[in-house]
Amino acid sequence: MTPKEPKAGPGGGGGWDRRIAGGLAFLRRRLTGDYEVDEFGYDEELTDKVLMSMIRPLYEKYFRVEVKGIENIPSEGGALIVANHSGTLPLDGLMLQAAVHDNHPAGRNLRLLAADLVFMLPVVNELARKAGHTLACAEDAEELLRRGEVVGVMPEGFKGIGKPFGERYKLQRFGRGGFVSTALRAGAPIVPCSIVGAEEIYPMIGNARTLARVLGIPYFPITPTFPWLGPLGAVPLPTKWTIQFGEPIPTEGYPAEAAEDPMLMFNLTDQVREQIQHTLYKLLVQRRSVFF
Amino acid sequence: MLVTGVARQLSGRFVRRIQRDPEVDRVIGVDAVPPDHHLGDADFVRADIRRPAIARVLAEHRVDTVVHMAVTGTPLGTGGSRTSVKETNVIGTMQLLGACQKSPTVQRLVVKSSTSVYGSAPRDPAVFTETTPPKSLPSGGFAKDAVEVEGYVRGFARRRPDVAVCVLRFANILGPCADSPLADYFSLPVLPTVFGYDPRLQFVHEDDVIDVLRIASHDPRRGTMNSGTFNVAGDGVLTLSQCSRRLGRPTVPVLLPAVTWVGSALRTVGVTDFSPEQIRLLTHGRVVRTVQMRETLGFDPRYTTAEAFSDFADSRGGGLLPPEALARTVDRLSTLVSKERI
Repeated sequence: MTPKEPKAGPGGGGGWDRRIAGGLAFLRRRLTGDYEVDEFGYDEELTDKVLMSMIRPLYEKYFRVEVKGIENIPSEGGALIVANHSGTLPLDGLMLQAAVHDNHPAGRNLRLLAADLVFMLPVVNELARKAGHTLACAEDAEELLRRGEVVGVMPEGFKGIGKPFGERYKLQRFGRGGFVSTALRAGAPIVPCSIVGAEEIYPMIGNARTLARVLGIPYFPITPTFPWLGPLGAVPLPTKWTIQFGEPIPTEGYPAEAAEDPMLMFNLTDQVREQIQHTLYKLLVQRRSVFF
Repeated sequence: MLVTGVARQLSGRFVRRIQRDPEVDRVIGVDAVPPDHHLGDADFVRADIRRPAIARVLAEHRVDTVVHMAVTGTPLGTGGSRTSVKETNVIGTMQLLGACQKSPTVQRLVVKSSTSVYGSAPRDPAVFTETTPPKSLPSGGFAKDAVEVEGYVRGFARRRPDVAVCVLRFANILGPCADSPLADYFSLPVLPTVFGYDPRLQFVHEDDVIDVLRIASHDPRRGTMNSGTFNVAGDGVLTLSQCSRRLGRPTVPVLLPAVTWVGSALRTVGVTDFSPEQIRLLTHGRVVRTVQMRETLGFDPRYTTAEAFSDFADSRGGGLLPPEALARTVDRLSTLVSKERI
């Protein structure tokens, strides 16, 4: 079945025809299992047609994300986007993915590296794999970079996303800088990325540590509304977001053994961290208000 | 050449095929029970590899190549217990390797293993290479047997460095006459799945299994090496949901805590073998890299994962929701819509 040629009929009838035909062709492929996933479980068609349309209202209407410096992501070849992590729930990762997906001229898709907790939870792990996420480990990251994918990592991990509201926009430790050696080994440039707005969606004023331990999760957030208002308290605050991609830091030209040099790793890690922190402060100064 | 476990379909096919290769003079098939299928010109010797008598067979026939295929997940036919399978796998391998070690004629050993040695856990990398250490070792069942068998084989390789040892880790084997637990699972009218998980699966076709075993049992071709450990799998992956749609068999998601219970209930009524490792595979899935197989072993599988699966699906007959019928329904719907528009 081939989709019909679009006809600019009166009232956009041709457009609708095409959309229905396209939708039915999509339905047909999905129902018969006639689609492809890659070795990591990334289902490009499902991500483009369904998952992205599901988070787009949140991206465009709710958080009104403004994207700057998208041209810093190369149009081809591997690149490692390193971003700050915040907001109690990893909505910033999803918004980052939507930002790259909807704005990059070459239509690149971000492959996020996620915590192991994501892959232990039912439903979440399934959706994460289909959206192209994979486990944050050196093997997977290097393999994706070698295949020329844009990989996204948030090296602060749970320390960043689960930090109290009082420490907002203060970058936490960047792990052991594993992401730098991975980028170096794959020869992929590092693109620092600063996300403003995610810190205030769930202002975390407390952490029920005992409850978190019982539930087996890294932290149990207490916000002014959660858990007091129940599910209603889990609605994020409608903050205004800005995502800025910075100048890429090249990793080519280092000798082969550089990836094992701890001093170089720490220096590069610090350089990336400083750049993200600096941009965060700059964006915060420019911001008129949290919500507008 | 000596082949163990020939009472199985796959080993039987391998024995029949390998005789036609010019490098092979004689093939001796060994198993504890006589095979139902014919073995061509091969000699069948009824011997239990769990007993030391296997050393006599090796010496008597002056065997130079041993292909160890009696490492299996399920008992043959009905009535065999898990204990006897484990004994054949582990004790049988120990006896066979002991016999090989004493034999002056053995020059080559090929062992059929499985990618289940990697286990399946959410904390594992998405794609395993031959050197990836598993995060959680298989705790029991066939996967543990395979891990132990590989351990003994490594010990043997150290003690007899003059013998070329090749361990082939096969992904799930499928094909028209596959009799693995996974093949049984895909033959169920409705497929119980774990709610909220869609595992990535990889398959290898029976024909490719035979071919790669032939490559491993002969002298290596120029520019290739056939001793070492290799993952063997078809290209690409299929998710379980894709498999069920291509088969036309609906799925019934079961909550993870209830899965073991449902699994044992199904096993009790004898539908299929739902071992814990099988359930883990169907929860987290498993994908391996096959670069070594291509570049070092020099083997290119003829079937991709999807092709191996469709060949298997064709042999099993339609399910409750055949994909063709669904496609026809959608097509009819689309003609209906376009007619209305005109």
